[in-house]
Amino acid sequence: MPRHKLIASESDVSIEVDEGKDNEFSLYYVEVEENSKGGKEKQATRDGKRRRARNGEVSRRRASEKRTTNMANKRAEKKHEKHHKTTRKEGERHRKRQRRRIADEEEAEEESSKEKKNIKNERTKTLKLEDEKEKDVKKKRKKHVKNQEDDANPGKTKQKDCQDVPLKEKKKKRKKPETTSESESQSESQSESNSDSEAKDNQAVGVLGSLTPEELEKLKEAVDERKKLITTIKGKPWPMKKKLVILRESQEFVEKYEGALGKGKGRKLYAYKVLMMKKWMKFERDLENFKTACIPWEMKIKEIESHFGSSVASYFIFLRWMYGINMILFGLTFGLVMVPEALMGKPYGSMPRKTVPREEEASAMNFAVLWDFGGYAKYSVLFYGYYNNQRAIGWLKFRMPLSYFLVGVGTVAYSYMVVIRTMARNANEEGGGDDTSFNFSWKTFTSWDYLIGNPETADNKFASITTSFKEAIVEEQESRKDDNIHLTRFLRVLANFLVLCCLAGSGYLIYFVVRRSQKFALEGLENYGWWERNEVNMVMSLLGMFCPMLFDVISTLENYHPRIALQWQLGRIFALFLGNLYTFIIALMDAIQLKRAEEEIVKKNMTIWQANLYNGTVPDNSTAPPITVHPADVPRGPCWETMVGQVLGKSSSEFVRLIISDTMTTYITLLIGDFIRAVLVRFLNNCWCWDLEYGFPSYSEFDVSGNVLGLIFNQGMIWMGAFYAPCLPALNLLRLHVSMYLQCWAVMCCNVPQERVFKASGSNNFYMAMLLVILFLSTLPAIYTIVSFPPSFDCGPFSGKNRMFDVIQETLETDFPAWFGKVFSYASNPGLVLPFLLLLVLAIYYLQSTSKTYKRVNMELKKKLQTQNEENKKKNKLAALKAANELEQARKAGEQRSNSASDLGVNEESSSLDEAGHHRQAGQNGRLIHPSQSQHAQSSEPPVSSTHTTTRPPASRSHTASGHLPGTDGHALWLHCQKNGSQRGAGKCHGLLCPV
Amino acid sequence: MGGTSTKLPKDLLSEYQELTFLTKQEILLAHKIFSELQDRENGPYSTRVSMEKILTLPELKSNPFQKRICHVFSTSDMKDGSLSFEDFLDLLSAFSDSATLEIKSHYAFRIFDFDDDGTLDARDLEKLVNSLTGETDDTRLTAEEMRQLISNILEESDIDKDGTVNLSEFQHVISRSPDFVSSFKIVL
Repeated sequence: MPRHKLIASESDVSIEVDEGKDNEFSLYYVEVEENSKGGKEKQATRDGKRRRARNGEVSRRRASEKRTTNMANKRAEKKHEKHHKTTRKEGERHRKRQRRRIADEEEAEEESSKEKKNIKNERTKTLKLEDEKEKDVKKKRKKHVKNQEDDANPGKTKQKDCQDVPLKEKKKKRKKPETTSESESQSESQSESNSDSEAKDNQAVGVLGSLTPEELEKLKEAVDERKKLITTIKGKPWPMKKKLVILRESQEFVEKYEGALGKGKGRKLYAYKVLMMKKWMKFERDLENFKTACIPWEMKIKEIESHFGSSVASYFIFLRWMYGINMILFGLTFGLVMVPEALMGKPYGSMPRKTVPREEEASAMNFAVLWDFGGYAKYSVLFYGYYNNQRAIGWLKFRMPLSYFLVGVGTVAYSYMVVIRTMARNANEEGGGDDTSFNFSWKTFTSWDYLIGNPETADNKFASITTSFKEAIVEEQESRKDDNIHLTRFLRVLANFLVLCCLAGSGYLIYFVVRRSQKFALEGLENYGWWERNEVNMVMSLLGMFCPMLFDVISTLENYHPRIALQWQLGRIFALFLGNLYTFIIALMDAIQLKRAEEEIVKKNMTIWQANLYNGTVPDNSTAPPITVHPADVPRGPCWETMVGQVLGKSSSEFVRLIISDTMTTYITLLIGDFIRAVLVRFLNNCWCWDLEYGFPSYSEFDVSGNVLGLIFNQGMIWMGAFYAPCLPALNLLRLHVSMYLQCWAVMCCNVPQERVFKASGSNNFYMAMLLVILFLSTLPAIYTIVSFPPSFDCGPFSGKNRMFDVIQETLETDFPAWFGKVFSYASNPGLVLPFLLLLVLAIYYLQSTSKTYKRVNMELKKKLQTQNEENKKKNKLAALKAANELEQARKAGEQRSNSASDLGVNEESSSLDEAGHHRQAGQNGRLIHPSQSQHAQSSEPPVSSTHTTTRPPASRSHTASGHLPGTDGHALWLHCQKNGSQRGAGKCHGLLCPV
Repeated sequence: MGGTSTKLPKDLLSEYQELTFLTKQEILLAHKIFSELQDRENGPYSTRVSMEKILTLPELKSNPFQKRICHVFSTSDMKDGSLSFEDFLDLLSAFSDSATLEIKSHYAFRIFDFDDDGTLDARDLEKLVNSLTGETDDTRLTAEEMRQLISNILEESDIDKDGTVNLSEFQHVISRSPDFVSSFKIVL
């Protein structure tokens, strides 16, 4: 009956192999049941092993063949399983008989070669040896089982459980294959069931605490495998139903077996450990959930992301990141500087620096003054000047000046750390760098942004993808022919020249304006109008508004690729802002010098004033000078630190004002530019002569890069001024908070997404790099002023000291033991510091060079892997092709042979169309009928390696056949090498080897 | 799953958490949205939501691959692209933030494989490009451009030169892309 099935369906090979094999099995089993009765359990395990090995063999061979339909396979499997269950035990008995039969055959076949005989004899010998070994093992097992039966019931129940589980496991494994080839899974399930049956035995023994280490290992492996499956199951592309079933079964399995793994006393501990692990996992998951729930504005950003794509969302994510940083900066300054001073420091009005001077008192509460951070705002904890130089304040003995200094340093250090760490992480994620070898494929496979949920955005995206395709095609064509390179080069140089002119001009303009405003400030702002007072801000805002447009126009000259053009644009705007910032800083430095000169004068005047005071009042009592002067009346220095906090003029805090005016302009332009425009366009559209929505005014886009730049520069200001105005982080926090909501709202209601695609992931580190540059540039002047200028004599926590950092030395001297100060002074000796710096530089150099080498090695390895991969694939392809050819030819030859030759033995000469096909045939026939010829064929096998791997040469075939069930093996092999095998060949095969 | 039941059983919820890349909140949100869709469906006891209903979700409304996505994730026997809640969760999981590149690329491949034959051949690619460029005439590529584009794609990613892109080749290409993971996302 296997025969007729085989003949019936030659198209679907592997199924038939399964079925045929099964049927054969059943045939054997039936026979066995009739004939033999003893030694039932003896060879169960060996049989299993055998079958496993054979199945592996078959499946490996079959893997190259066509994948089969699920239905048929399931049918086959079911049958197989049934046989497997019912006749597993009897299975091996017939083996013996079979062996005997084979021996008989050997005897009967007088013409069979001696070699073959030898091989078979050897095989039987080894099998016998195995038998003996197994007998021993079985004896031992029986003992264990007896023990167990004597011992207790729990073990039995456990055993039962275990028996149940393997069945489930089998089923589970059955369901799994969808991606892997069916045959593989089958063998897997076989081995699985096998190991399960072994595990079952083991389990019974294991309960008694006498597991052999090998078996224990196996069980552990099985459990670990399940655990691994549980953790990785979410990464499997299966439908949920299957995943659910597998998860539940695996969990059950793990639960059941895990506890049994430990021995004796350890078991309880182990179970406890497992329990705790589970609890911990649950806790971790909950924590994860909690964490995601805690991320602010997540839903808002996701909403924007789904409407506008990831590029707009990247701005908001950046904004949120900035918010986080500012939160920490604010926490530092607020918790360690502002709150202690407000709570424990001397109250307002107790001393001159904490009091509004008499001449300002009248206007100190005016809103305009407060708005400019003058008046009461200036003489409060918000600014440097308010702080007292008292070493320790309050009952806590809080070291105020030290705290102030350290917080200032800590803010900068923290910012550096965070920015650099984020950059490093981003760089890690980006990994191998740019690989332009898949330009087109990426465009097709990855260009759609699945987050887009807005039809308008989708239309834009369609358009941008089309243009990018077209561009890429054009580029590809153009890269082949040479463009007029000189013209583009000239244009690019020209564009850069123009941009440089622009930058220089705007820089000069700012410098000029700042100078002028200094002059105004000296003469008193009251004499001038609104324009003069706000000239600097206005000029800077205007420049920031118009220069980018100018750059945009200029950049059309350059004819760059859009993405590169955008980077240039960003870089130029950045340079413009940078230039502005730096001219601003230079002006600031000038102002500081001026203030310090003024301070000198005030100092001299002070002594005169004091002398006058004493002269006027002292004569009565000579000892105690009555300082009854109200602190508001005391003359004071200009306090350049507060001035830096407020930059120019006594009444304005420039940084804050800059930020606020910046914010105001942003919002006003936003309101007027975007909202009103949107409203106008929307409502006038019905009664206008052209389509306003798509025509000229249209809606405005959300300008991601511009906003990011604004954010970055704003942050730079904060960093620069944070030391002199502790309130700045708080202010920035407020600003960010407001802009988060306002911009979210603005984006959702009156913006359309940009047409230009700006890839979010690629630009993230670009933003970060700019932020780092800004951070460096803005901390530079702050550090310079701290280190090189002496603090004001009558304001701030460091007043009276020569330099601000003297506070460290003072603390060392007074608060630490003497030896510490000594050690510190030795350590700060230039003789030690310089070598240390040198060492640092060397270390950096070394690390950098090693990282470079690693990178190179990495790249090389990647390349190697890639080429190897490609080569392998090519090779496989080639081999498969060759094998297919050979099969084809073999088939042809077979047909020819069946037509021409009536005698199978003489085909070696008759069918000599092709070498390989010829050998195949010869080998096959030789093995089945004329072993001597097979040897002959083997010796003349051409040394082609590819045939070796894909199709089995006769030599190895005869070897593998020796260790397996001859009938099925020959069967499978035969099928393998001759897919459409002729009826006669099959008949021959079975006629020879099947027991019928 | 249980028809109109507005609450997910707790153990099922935790199992879903194990099996997907979604957090608890996301699963609950998905369940809410799904039950809303279900309510509009005929009869409260059908566990599936037809493709048309699914496609009314704003997240999928303007996606050019909407139908393919439904078909790939649907386990319906009718091949009508209708989704059960579990299919829906599968979809969201594959498109979630934390899903691995492997699973994302696997599903992307199946989405792009329009004729479900396991490889991306020239016809699949043409359909893919047409979906990406939209349906209007002014955005559509000309035949010549299309030919060039497809030959370029195959030149790059068809490593074994058999005229089609198979899954492993596809994953190879995708794994090097800097922004596939960030763009292959759908959030509710």
